[in-house]
Amino acid sequence: MGIPLDLILIQTVNGIVTGMILALVASGLTLIFGIMDVVNFAHGELFMLGAYFGVIVLTATGSFWVALVVATLIVALIGAALQITTLRPLIGRDPLTTILTTFGISLVLQNYALWQFGPVARKIQEPFSGHFPLFYLEYPVYRLVIALLSAMIIGGLWVFLKFGKYGIWIRATMQDRVMAEAMGIPVPWVYTAVFAIGAGMAAASGVLFGPLVGVHHAMGLDWILRAFIVVVVGGMGSLGGSVAAAIFISLLEAYASIWVSPAQAAIVSFVVLILTLLFRPTGLFVPTPK
Amino acid sequence: MRSRHALAYWSGFSVVLLLLAAAPLVLPEYWRRFVTEILIWGLLAMSSDILIGYTGMVSFGHSAFFGLGVYGAAAALLMVKPPSLWLAIVCGLVGAGASALFVAYFSTRLRDIYFAITTLIFSQIFYVTIFTWTEVTGGENGLSFRRPALALPGLFSTPFTTTSLHWFVLAVVAVSYLLLRRIMHSPFGMVLQSIRENEARTRAIGYATQRYKIAAVMLSGLFAGLAGVLYAIQKSFAAPDFVFFLVSGQTVIFNVIGGIGTLVGPIVGAAFFLLLHEVFSRFFTEYYLIPVGIIFIAMVIFMPQGLLGFARRWLNR
Repeated sequence: MGIPLDLILIQTVNGIVTGMILALVASGLTLIFGIMDVVNFAHGELFMLGAYFGVIVLTATGSFWVALVVATLIVALIGAALQITTLRPLIGRDPLTTILTTFGISLVLQNYALWQFGPVARKIQEPFSGHFPLFYLEYPVYRLVIALLSAMIIGGLWVFLKFGKYGIWIRATMQDRVMAEAMGIPVPWVYTAVFAIGAGMAAASGVLFGPLVGVHHAMGLDWILRAFIVVVVGGMGSLGGSVAAAIFISLLEAYASIWVSPAQAAIVSFVVLILTLLFRPTGLFVPTPK
Repeated sequence: MRSRHALAYWSGFSVVLLLLAAAPLVLPEYWRRFVTEILIWGLLAMSSDILIGYTGMVSFGHSAFFGLGVYGAAAALLMVKPPSLWLAIVCGLVGAGASALFVAYFSTRLRDIYFAITTLIFSQIFYVTIFTWTEVTGGENGLSFRRPALALPGLFSTPFTTTSLHWFVLAVVAVSYLLLRRIMHSPFGMVLQSIRENEARTRAIGYATQRYKIAAVMLSGLFAGLAGVLYAIQKSFAAPDFVFFLVSGQTVIFNVIGGIGTLVGPIVGAAFFLLLHEVFSRFFTEYYLIPVGIIFIAMVIFMPQGLLGFARRWLNR
């Protein structure tokens, strides 16, 4: 059996597109973990909520871009509120308690969405309906737009963390919480802001991804698991590592699904995870720890 | 002092055991099954307490061991005619033990949060495999089979009734509890508890902590598998939902609500959770997880010891 070159190229494009979405979800997760030591089990539900708010705003205003921005802001606010009410009391306790609370939050949010919006999947209209020819396929332009937008959001986050005043506060808190507090940085509010940023990024990816699959209450579950794998493979708390791992895993899954069904292609990411844990438990894409 | 504690402890134990044994004689049919179910979920939660409460490792992958127990029992009951109860138990334990060894080998290299996430992802590997391997596992539809008879080879054989199934489950859970309690008081259990307190120091003293942790995960997985076998016998079907990570999440919830490190706490937690489920289902129908989730979050924040946490020292003496 020869290697189908055209298929491989198409799957490369597909893999990069899903990889960028996954990177957007996972970088929010890894940001929250790296800075707050919180494993956010509710991240998939924030993704799902973002998609739902996208649907609501889209039907109200008719503009996809307004929906994207408004949904992101609303979910960022919800994230901030959740952090203040449930995670702030846990600062200084065992990080494992945060897994438990965020797991509780995810149960509540998921069932709330089921209750509020019903079990039928909603559809988000694509903002562009254009196609361009790719071999024998008409490839939708919108998919490339998603990849570009995700890259821009992650790039924006990176620039903000690197050069922005508040970005420097965030990095200072990550390096040494006590010292940052001593320098007058309001650490609890930095935590709230980080959680809000992570939630907003999850929501943005939910809105962007909505047109491809339809919006339903359990859509977060698939993503949270894949995002966890990405975060572990990429190295916990490392932004660049997560992006690299997201694209790497998505490409592998895309190639695998040339030969097997997509559900079985998920096993590829499990294998990558196992190999990573065996040979490089600190993560594939981070420098070797001293 | 010592004998007075022992007297109080064992009389308390016998009273609870007698009450649970008498339960099916006074309760209506629906609640009989309910109590049996509490005991099965309690056994699952208790098995996970070995890791969470005694070794200090939070496993989010207990659904894998539980589910493999269910599917192992299903395989034995479907393939061997006539279905044999004891063979089902053995097959379930083998399935759970094998999956536990696999998960333990990889996940014990990591600690704390990393351990929790790794066990979660590993349980999803089993879930995806079972879900997609339709020819063998029945895929999404699962497998249904006939309930085996309660039999001792050569002695007697009688079909399970709701009551006798309850007594059988109660006997298994009570023996498991006593066994686990004994194991946690043994030198092996002490090493596990010292890993919880300070792993680096335990290793420095000269214990091969990695091996102890693998053994702990396997022990825990075996009892989770036993719970799975009992559940398979009660429900007479196996579904991929039993392997889904929400089961693991519930197991952790039982532990936290009931109080970790007590062995009985998780059973109380399971009872409390299932009762909440019953009550709230009346008002919120299928959305009962909204209030239950809020109660759970509040308990994590305000009552980290759980319902039985105050009795932890007393129960472990």
